[in-house]
Amino acid sequence: MTTKGEFYQRDREWQPPALTPDYKTSVARSPQYSLISLQNSVSEITGPVFGHNDIDPIDNDLILNYAKPGESPIGERIIVHGRVLDENGRPIPNTLVEAWQANAGGRYRHKKDTYLAPIDPNFGGCGRTVTDENGYYIFRTIKPGAYPWRNWVNNWRPAHIHMSIFGTAFTQRLITQCYFEGDPLIDKCPIVKTIPCQQGRDSLVAALDLNATIPLDTIAYKFDIVLRGRRSTVFENRLEGN
Amino acid sequence: MVQKLDYLKETPSQTAGPYVHIGLAPGAAGFDIYRQELGWDITGPNAKGERIRVEGLVIDGTGSPVKDVLLEAWQANSEGNYAHPEGGGDVEDGFRGWGRVITDFETGEWAFETVKPGRTQGRNVGLQAPHINLWVVARGINVGLNTRLYFEDEAEANAEDPVLNIIEWERRRATLIAKRSERDGQIVYRFDIKLQGQDETVFFDI
Ligand SMILES: [Fe+3]
Repeated sequence: MTTKGEFYQRDREWQPPALTPDYKTSVARSPQYSLISLQNSVSEITGPVFGHNDIDPIDNDLILNYAKPGESPIGERIIVHGRVLDENGRPIPNTLVEAWQANAGGRYRHKKDTYLAPIDPNFGGCGRTVTDENGYYIFRTIKPGAYPWRNWVNNWRPAHIHMSIFGTAFTQRLITQCYFEGDPLIDKCPIVKTIPCQQGRDSLVAALDLNATIPLDTIAYKFDIVLRGRRSTVFENRLEGN
Repeated sequence: MVQKLDYLKETPSQTAGPYVHIGLAPGAAGFDIYRQELGWDITGPNAKGERIRVEGLVIDGTGSPVKDVLLEAWQANSEGNYAHPEGGGDVEDGFRGWGRVITDFETGEWAFETVKPGRTQGRNVGLQAPHINLWVVARGINVGLNTRLYFEDEAEANAEDPVLNIIEWERRRATLIAKRSERDGQIVYRFDIKLQGQDETVFFDI
């Protein structure tokens, strides 16, 4: 009989390091000592459980969830969909996926965002959903615009949607950003370039998915998310007491 | 050449950015969108145990408070059980043990209310000291930082804690111990997180 064991360690050569000087804010916010590596205990292999009661069906529809009745936000109507998988390729069902983004003009509905592009009265810019039994999620939204940010004088963020994912264990907790195929700003972005290798950067670029579009209505992009996988242990060395 | 291992790679992390509140705490960003926000109630109404408040600052390498942080807390109930199928045992009805809090935009102070967790099972033998697992994200943090809050008044349990004990530098262990005080009849634990520099908080690769 096999039991579930620990999670695979995070590949720190694949993930961005803490200190990435071209992304200037990281300089004073990056720990200088090494992280202390912990083998998993019950505190790490567990994590919050969410249910469909926690959210409403409209929460994943950013075109409707903040719009006045009969109105909708301005911009390119898109679907962003995909699966949440683990490193073993198994779907992760019933996990919470949260998303937030700028509007079509590149402006966030946030009191700290002072970019001159206008707020869209019909666009909130956040959504959330729980994956289905196959690990599948879908959002309907407006394609976000690029926006400038203070790093070097002339930095522009590529269009992106921020995503937060839980998995089943606190050790899988992840925040990332979804970019869009064909955007020339991706290769110029110091935040994208915190990821050490090109293959890793490419894995954050959602592919145009014409098969999933709704013809004459909404275009689609596919964005799969991979969380850390877990060992199955047949022999000794398993977690005790969990 | 050898056979290919067909594992997938974990999705690379990216900073939560300055506007993390929009997605994870929209009320704080200044607008109301959901029927209910998640993570504001860690314990639910039925939790047993000592009611506590936990508060602090997140401080950067220049000594300045970081004002755009989001923290998540993950903890056991007062009996040491997590609200999870592998969490060790039952929890009170409505106890989730997970919370989310943001720093004040002006001061950088954060705080949440909860119950003091009990001791939990260690990885192999023995028990862990009571602790709250914390996860810190913000602009400028490329991969969320994991740390643990332990309690000053649990000296005996702390001395036996397997995680505190693997920190080779004994004086760095103190960065994980929250200071207890009482204010207006409420138990308050202070836990400042230093991202960098002198007395940098211990962060874990979990
Ligand atoms: Fe952004």
